[in-house]
Amino acid sequence: MEYILLIISAVLVNNFVLTQFLGICPFLGVSKDLHTAAGMGAAVIFVITCASAVTWALQHLILVPLHADFLQTIAFILVIATFVQFVELVLKKTSPALHKGLGIFLPLITTNCAVLGVAVLNIKKDYPFLKSVAFGFGAAVGFALALIIFTGLREKIARSNPPKCFQGTAIALVTAGLLSLAFMGFSGLVKM
Amino acid sequence: MDLLTGNPILLQTVIIGGTGLICAAILAIAARFLHVHEDPRIEAVTALLPGVNCGACGYAGCSDYAKHIILDALPVNLCSPGGEATVRKIAAFMGVTATLTERQVAVILCKGDDALATRTTLYNGIADCGAAQQIGGNGKACRYGCMGLGSCARICPVGAIELVNGLAVVHPDLCISCGRCVGTCPRRLIKMVPESRFIHILCSSQDAGPDVRKICKVGCIACTLCAKVVNGVGITMRNNLAVMDYSVPVTNEETITKCPQLTIVKRSGTKEGAA
Repeated sequence: MEYILLIISAVLVNNFVLTQFLGICPFLGVSKDLHTAAGMGAAVIFVITCASAVTWALQHLILVPLHADFLQTIAFILVIATFVQFVELVLKKTSPALHKGLGIFLPLITTNCAVLGVAVLNIKKDYPFLKSVAFGFGAAVGFALALIIFTGLREKIARSNPPKCFQGTAIALVTAGLLSLAFMGFSGLVKM
Repeated sequence: MDLLTGNPILLQTVIIGGTGLICAAILAIAARFLHVHEDPRIEAVTALLPGVNCGACGYAGCSDYAKHIILDALPVNLCSPGGEATVRKIAAFMGVTATLTERQVAVILCKGDDALATRTTLYNGIADCGAAQQIGGNGKACRYGCMGLGSCARICPVGAIELVNGLAVVHPDLCISCGRCVGTCPRRLIKMVPESRFIHILCSSQDAGPDVRKICKVGCIACTLCAKVVNGVGITMRNNLAVMDYSVPVTNEETITKCPQLTIVKRSGTKEGAA
């Protein structure tokens, strides 16, 4: 039950993109095509889940015992970059079309603040191992959910011909703001 | 272990270095298993291209163009910065015959620098031509002339455009014909012309002759003398302005000497020419 609540809280109540405003760059960058957005979401879910497991182990088994926890950021980024490169290799092999669609945003998952944010929050909130992984998974699903909802909206908006001054990024930012307000409505749903 | 705990700097180096090493090892193994075969010719063609990544060919950088040459059998003559030499090299590499196109050089159709054209007001706004144009220009009396704020000079990837006395001037020998400056100019003063054309009418003003005379010493006053010299072939009168038709080579240098305003100049696009 505790885990379910944790995941729901990470997905809806404390959605990383829409209520904590982390990972905005790919949120706006790869939200033009549903297929690409789904691929991006899957890649982020993989990276965040694996990264939260490994960074937890790194923090509690290596950095803390050796009194080197001030190296947290650089060590975590190292791990995240490795996972991102791994995803890129896998995608290039298995789905060249998706690899091309994600373009620069795939390697940029490394600098996606949502990924580092999850890893750092896990340590800050002092979650045990399994909880860390669950929180990471929930946060990543929240990111993917927000991305996919937003992409669907943007695809509809692109067809509905908004006024010229609103086309493109302008209407996208307005939409993102409204979507964020909608997610703010979940606040108080889960008390953690 | 004593060595490490007693030496914090070494310890941190080992921690980060070790983590990095493990990550690198995992990636190296993954790369071996997930290797994707890429056509080695793509890399070879990329090496032949100049590497300016200007996008004049219509693709995102030199390696992207190389990829399309190999995979989609694209024509090999789209690279304007590389010029004839590059086209020949790629054509030889690919075993095709290339049709060469003449090198295009940018020319800015305005001659009125700060000494020759009047200013009415002092502009203190953003140093960008687009911004100045939105509020009606930067105080230059001529509504058609170069504002000299240098947006074209900034976008030029090779620094071929220089601001001389409040007027943008192209150095033809440096120009790589990428054409980026053309779209930057809010007054549409920049044209790409074949480099063998050496006579240029450096004015874009559509004001009537007497009005031009008041505000610019070198503006076209539409006296039609140049058009008469060439019998209208290559130079036509349009909206109070003599317009050079660059598809027809005009070589009669009498056009230059006849122009009472000295608007028409001789400028070669080749290495020996100067603006």
